[in-house]
Amino acid sequence: MTIENASITADDIASHGLTEDEYQLALDILGGREPNMVELGIFSVMWSEHCSYKSSKKWLKTLPTEAPWVICGPGENAGVVDIGYGLAAIFKMESHNHPSFIEPFQGAATGVGGILRDVFTMGARPVANLNALRFGAIDHPKTKHLVAGVVGGIGSYGNCVGVPTVGGEVNFDPAYNGNILVNAMTVGLADQNRIFYSAASGPGNPVIYVGSKTGRDGIHGATMASAEFDEDTEEKRPTVQVGDPFTEKLLIEACLELMATDTIVAIQDMGAAGLTCSSFEMCSKGGTGIELDLDAVPIREEGMTPYEIMLSESQERMLMVLQPGKEHIAQAIFEKWELDFAIVGHVTDTGRMVLKKGGASVADMPIDPLAEASPEYDRPWVPTEKAEVVPSDSVKHGDWTESLKKLIGAPDLASRRWVWEQYDHMVMGDTVQRPGGDAAVVRIHGSERGLAITSDCTPRYVKADPFEGGKQAVAETFRNLTATGARPLAVTDNLNFGNPEKPPIMGQLVEAVKGIGAACTALDTPVVSGNVSLYNETDGQPILPTPTIGAIGIIDSLDNTATVAFKGDGDAVLLVGGPDDISGGWLGQSLYLRELHGVEMGAPPPVDLFQERKVGDAVRGLIQNGDIDTCHDVSDGGVAIALTEMALSGDIGVTIDIGADVSAPWLFGEDQGRYIITCIADRLTTVTSTFENEGILVRQIGTTGGDSISFTGDASIGLSTLRDFHEGWFPDYMAA
Amino acid sequence: MKSAVIVFPGSNCDRDIAVTLEKVTGQAPAMVWHRDSTLPEGLGLIAVPGGFSYGDYLRSGAMAANSPIIADVKKKAEAGVLTLGICNGFQVLTECGLLPGALIRNRDLKFVCRDVNLSVERTDTAFTGKYTGGQVIRIPVAHHDGNYFADNETLDRLESNGHVAFRYCNDNGKVADEANPNGSARNIAGVFNETRTVLGLMPHPERLADERLGGQDGVPMFESLLEQLS
Repeated sequence: MTIENASITADDIASHGLTEDEYQLALDILGGREPNMVELGIFSVMWSEHCSYKSSKKWLKTLPTEAPWVICGPGENAGVVDIGYGLAAIFKMESHNHPSFIEPFQGAATGVGGILRDVFTMGARPVANLNALRFGAIDHPKTKHLVAGVVGGIGSYGNCVGVPTVGGEVNFDPAYNGNILVNAMTVGLADQNRIFYSAASGPGNPVIYVGSKTGRDGIHGATMASAEFDEDTEEKRPTVQVGDPFTEKLLIEACLELMATDTIVAIQDMGAAGLTCSSFEMCSKGGTGIELDLDAVPIREEGMTPYEIMLSESQERMLMVLQPGKEHIAQAIFEKWELDFAIVGHVTDTGRMVLKKGGASVADMPIDPLAEASPEYDRPWVPTEKAEVVPSDSVKHGDWTESLKKLIGAPDLASRRWVWEQYDHMVMGDTVQRPGGDAAVVRIHGSERGLAITSDCTPRYVKADPFEGGKQAVAETFRNLTATGARPLAVTDNLNFGNPEKPPIMGQLVEAVKGIGAACTALDTPVVSGNVSLYNETDGQPILPTPTIGAIGIIDSLDNTATVAFKGDGDAVLLVGGPDDISGGWLGQSLYLRELHGVEMGAPPPVDLFQERKVGDAVRGLIQNGDIDTCHDVSDGGVAIALTEMALSGDIGVTIDIGADVSAPWLFGEDQGRYIITCIADRLTTVTSTFENEGILVRQIGTTGGDSISFTGDASIGLSTLRDFHEGWFPDYMAA
Repeated sequence: MKSAVIVFPGSNCDRDIAVTLEKVTGQAPAMVWHRDSTLPEGLGLIAVPGGFSYGDYLRSGAMAANSPIIADVKKKAEAGVLTLGICNGFQVLTECGLLPGALIRNRDLKFVCRDVNLSVERTDTAFTGKYTGGQVIRIPVAHHDGNYFADNETLDRLESNGHVAFRYCNDNGKVADEANPNGSARNIAGVFNETRTVLGLMPHPERLADERLGGQDGVPMFESLLEQLS
């Protein structure tokens, strides 16, 4: 054995984020031998929260992951779902929170690059990107800079690779002042018989490195992403990677070209912890070993050490195992695309990872024991205390038109046009529903079918009641998809929380996962992929618990879909779903309370999952039958905001008539499980009876027409005024 | 109608233009790799697509303008083969000298993707024959460097010779500053060469050539070409 003894110190162990116990375990795995720095680095990243899911694994295992249409659930690079006609949708959402706070442009850009690779690694051509973004208070000195940087970075990467960015979310809350969230989602399409997995098999098979060269960027990114921030965080900038979307575009084309040949045994992108994680995971899944010659790895800088080569997070790199004797086929394709190509080692049957440099062994460690011994913690947790329900009549209500103006132009409800106009959302020529609706709709290329895609989470609900909030995040994606006419298929979850070593934070995680699980089970949308981002805290201040849900659904005929825009004058406007009481409405945790009364209080609106599914199925059925083509789910801001968005989108007003006086709780309450639809007069009976036969509450609440939102017997407010408030906020804020 | 689409590393609207050409003309274009040295014989149209050729590194279109295939593109374009550059393709055509002017960074420094209104400046060309005089069409833009720039002398010449193809305008056809998405000189969205056989424009006509995608205002351009060439 030529492994050099590095005399690991207690400082080395701590700076690699390992606990005493974890270090002892590492010693056991090495048969009592002390690791050298390369090996210590590998232990560090493989057992980091980011790579090992050690705090969340116990709870993630409880999520439903199976359905007849699920081809591959969690554990691979992304989830795979059967969408019929021999095709599969491959998708995942992943966070790039920590790097984006430190360097917003590159952090967000490389987040997009990383999630794209997760998807095309499996053989899919990426067809859509989404981004769920959370920023700090609008008056925090860093917020504008972070918004501009993150949006610029996402645009620069997505636009250049030529994958449309079709949707997402942007929210503001002081809880994100020190830890913004950048959750990026990619959806791709693949042939079901050309899906590629990561298990390295066949001892002797060549291991190939392709893409960009390895530099010194991003070393220990995964470890950084597994710790809280403090005042020295800015010094971590060198751990942020730099993206090159041009190389990514070439890598997509080259990989897809190679995948069309019969040469690849296994393939994995080099993401967090780079070469270490990819080679380790490939062998661990394949039950094999690997020998890598680090002298063969294409490097960008002179004199890189084995430690740096193994832990670099340089972007746009892939590792693959090829069938023997087919190297020349791959080499020709990668040379055509002017990408680096190197044979860096081979698969072995030793079950060990052996790294060589200059002919000498620089690391030699067993794979299975390290992977299996990967820590799993049952961290102590306490449930979040339940809040009281806020009675409808507990607050004094002002002029509803003033409230509506303020809400439609509030930071969390104002139009996101400023954001999505910086993203190419039309490239690839299949974007049927552009950003701004409930879900984006992307045509399945060359067909008349479509995929509906959305992401959602309401963190203030999750904070007030993590279980209900977790349910609600899933239910809202179900609603978003349903509102386009799509049948929801599956979800990806991106769980963003604070420090799991604190029992209240761990409690948020546990209860939110339980809520997500309950909703996914009830709505038949299994979790097929996901990502966990913990330690989103700065100086002890945690973010709002933010379990972002990304979801996809299938549209069998693009002839029968719905959009949010009012389509014509004189159509009946129907509210589907409760409450029974026409003057009531759920005010707890509503934006109305927060924006108009300055309080965030009470229990969030509960989700009745049985009812949710029943209402959703009925609405979807009407869209699919061609009975209705206008539908919007009711969410933040309640009925009034949903109506206003529908009116602004179609540039057609509405007169509200509920046979009762104006009621602010009814207008702005956030009761769940509801949709607003419109229908032409001669379909009204068909539509209402469909709901009534199912025992679903449906009520005509108005009629389309005119150029204002008016309430019969009360005031009205012009669409142009509302549009100014709605469209004005974001550009004014960013320009100020 | 036999056409070719040039594919550079980083092109990303090559498939989009190919889909539209095939849909409107009934014939799929030849996809020509940038490293080839010659285009197929008998071409009616050369299309230089949108995207980020060479990642837009150095300057948008600058490196593509020096690709091996460009020599033959120039030769054939100068011999009268109709040549259409869209977005990055427009940038490439200005960089290689087939069209005057340059595309610089947008006035507000941001990438912009949205539908814009264009006034069709003349309809007696191979590219615009199927539009009507003074027609206002809705076509998307998606670019970071779409701000058309040329010196005043060149701009005057373009205008007096009728070489402006499209201008950014508002709903009723008025060429106004608020309708200009990128700061282009004199609201110019597209220009012809001297013989009106080469057209470069920043907006993407291939993106609104399908009712499913929300509009068909791009279709007449391809129908014009088809009529011209069949």
